[in-house]
Amino acid sequence: MGTTTAERPATTSPAPEPERRARKRFRWTTATSYTVLSVLALVYVLPFLVQLANSFKTDAAATADPLDLVPSPVTTGSYVQLFTGLPFGLAATNSVVVALSVTAGRVFFSSLAGYALARLRFRGSSLVMAAFLAVIAVPPVVLLIPKFLVLNQLGIYNSYAGLIIPLMADAAGVFIMRNFFASIPTSVEEAAKLDGAGAFRTFWSVVLPMARPAVITITILSFQASWNELSHFIVASNSPDLITLTKLVAQLASGGQGQSNQYPLKLAAALLMTVPVAVLFFAFQKKIMSTAEGAVKE
Amino acid sequence: MAALTTPSAAAPPTPRRRSGQARRREAGAGWLFTAPALALVLLFIALPVLMALWVSITDWRGRGSPFEPGVPVVGLDNYRQLLAGGGLPTQDLGTALRNNLWYVLLVVPTQTVVALLLATAVNDRLLRGRGFFRTAFYFPSVTSSVAITVLFLFLFGASGAVNQVLGWLGVNGPNWFADPDGVLHLLFGVVGVDTAPALLAGHGLLGVSWWDWLAGPSVAMSALIIMAVFTTSGTFMLLFLAALQNIAGEVSEAATMDGANAWQRFVFVTVPMLRPTLFTVLTLGLVGTWQVFDQIYTLGNQGGPAKTTVTPAFLSYTTSFTNGQWGQGAAIAFILFAIIIVLTLVQRAVLRER
Repeated sequence: MGTTTAERPATTSPAPEPERRARKRFRWTTATSYTVLSVLALVYVLPFLVQLANSFKTDAAATADPLDLVPSPVTTGSYVQLFTGLPFGLAATNSVVVALSVTAGRVFFSSLAGYALARLRFRGSSLVMAAFLAVIAVPPVVLLIPKFLVLNQLGIYNSYAGLIIPLMADAAGVFIMRNFFASIPTSVEEAAKLDGAGAFRTFWSVVLPMARPAVITITILSFQASWNELSHFIVASNSPDLITLTKLVAQLASGGQGQSNQYPLKLAAALLMTVPVAVLFFAFQKKIMSTAEGAVKE
Repeated sequence: MAALTTPSAAAPPTPRRRSGQARRREAGAGWLFTAPALALVLLFIALPVLMALWVSITDWRGRGSPFEPGVPVVGLDNYRQLLAGGGLPTQDLGTALRNNLWYVLLVVPTQTVVALLLATAVNDRLLRGRGFFRTAFYFPSVTSSVAITVLFLFLFGASGAVNQVLGWLGVNGPNWFADPDGVLHLLFGVVGVDTAPALLAGHGLLGVSWWDWLAGPSVAMSALIIMAVFTTSGTFMLLFLAALQNIAGEVSEAATMDGANAWQRFVFVTVPMLRPTLFTVLTLGLVGTWQVFDQIYTLGNQGGPAKTTVTPAFLSYTTSFTNGQWGQGAAIAFILFAIIIVLTLVQRAVLRER
């Protein structure tokens, strides 16, 4: 799909007569579109630059000149306070543990199930498929209260298990993997099967390595989703030891204690918690953006 | 598979048994492979829904288990009280639905149009710096709603960056997140309609007068609406971009030959071909915008000012976890669930290929 567009020659040269007029109009429209796009890009990027700059300011300076992109005086006070006065380190550790576990679980379980649904023939497979389809329609926010009830019944409220395991439920991931496996040829696995490899061996050492593009996709999606998750953590625990970054920063934002608004502190916290997803994004930028350029090429 | 079974019919009995065995093995593996994902989904999505359905017909107050024999079963009372009680619960639900409805009405079309325009712009192969523009527009999408809300609280503060820019333009910006005035009410005020006409004030729906339904989003909610467009347009831009790249350039070229200008090509050739993606984007938008929770929680003023940023999801949470009325909170969640499903079906019916 789509690969054809990429290989097409840029433009077929137009007939000589209208060329000049076309070029003139072309120049005018390009100038406008570059201006419009640049202004728009500024609107999208500037807030983050403002955030970065203000996180290095004093409270007073941030309040007085929020738009000043060069902090004066420069202070790292906010960052120091995050790690000395607040449990930022603990929250970051918890977020890392949770996000990595959830991601590993989702990738493994979703690809197992996706493979089975795409390739293995077993009675009830269409029923299983229907079950996954049905739960995809349930909006997560509706599950807030009931999840709390289930965690309580299972006795995993206020535990890492309670933070992690429910987030591993991921019907969408199963579908992504199933669709991917359905789109690749069966020949290689058939060969493995004839060599006498069991279903799991075939899956683990033949099929999964071939599924790299899809695995990368759900790795990115899962990590981003679990790193940015808030509501589940709110209902799954209230122990200060299990605080995650989203919870800490949300509490920090809403806790308007004292006279000062502590904007630099809050902005620094929000900035730091964005770093891992931003790094992931820039690392896989090509892959993410080329959902556009020619799908499954890899 | 068929190719493997056919010869076995004529073959000696041993291979046939083996193929039966292989098939049984395959079925076992199939169940084994799907079991963990299925168990997770049943345990943490299907079961909770059923449990909450039960809680929504009880008056469980959070003590012990909702499945103990002593818990009073009240039937549909929670739903009745919310939808037809006329008291505070009805009014709160009405207000929350009003707030969220305006949010949906403004965010979904805006983000869809912005995403489509951005995608069209950065799809242009002659555009220099495409990569930069794509990255710039997509980046807000990777941030968490908590982090972005913190940033917007700062930007839209009383003397924040946005109001400073407005000040340069000679506009006296509002104290965004503290301003409960409805945007439409403010506009009505401009043309001299400051108080509710008797017709609109006297009647209403769900304990909220028609005049208040017509308030529009509050100024505070408007800031959240801007934020939603800012953060999600990039995600949907990618979806549109993928679809645009799959549309054969030839179609558009043929239209050019026919003398269609760029705008006509966009409206009559490109947009109709994007229909499936448009459907996806609208569905995801609709489902997502009815579930506003993180932002309201992060604002930390309990859905204020004057309850104008309370959403059904947030109301369901506070009713249960803050007020301890779990039955009512669960009922609100199911009302929200019903709204999302009905609207999705309506949208599917409206947008279906004719």
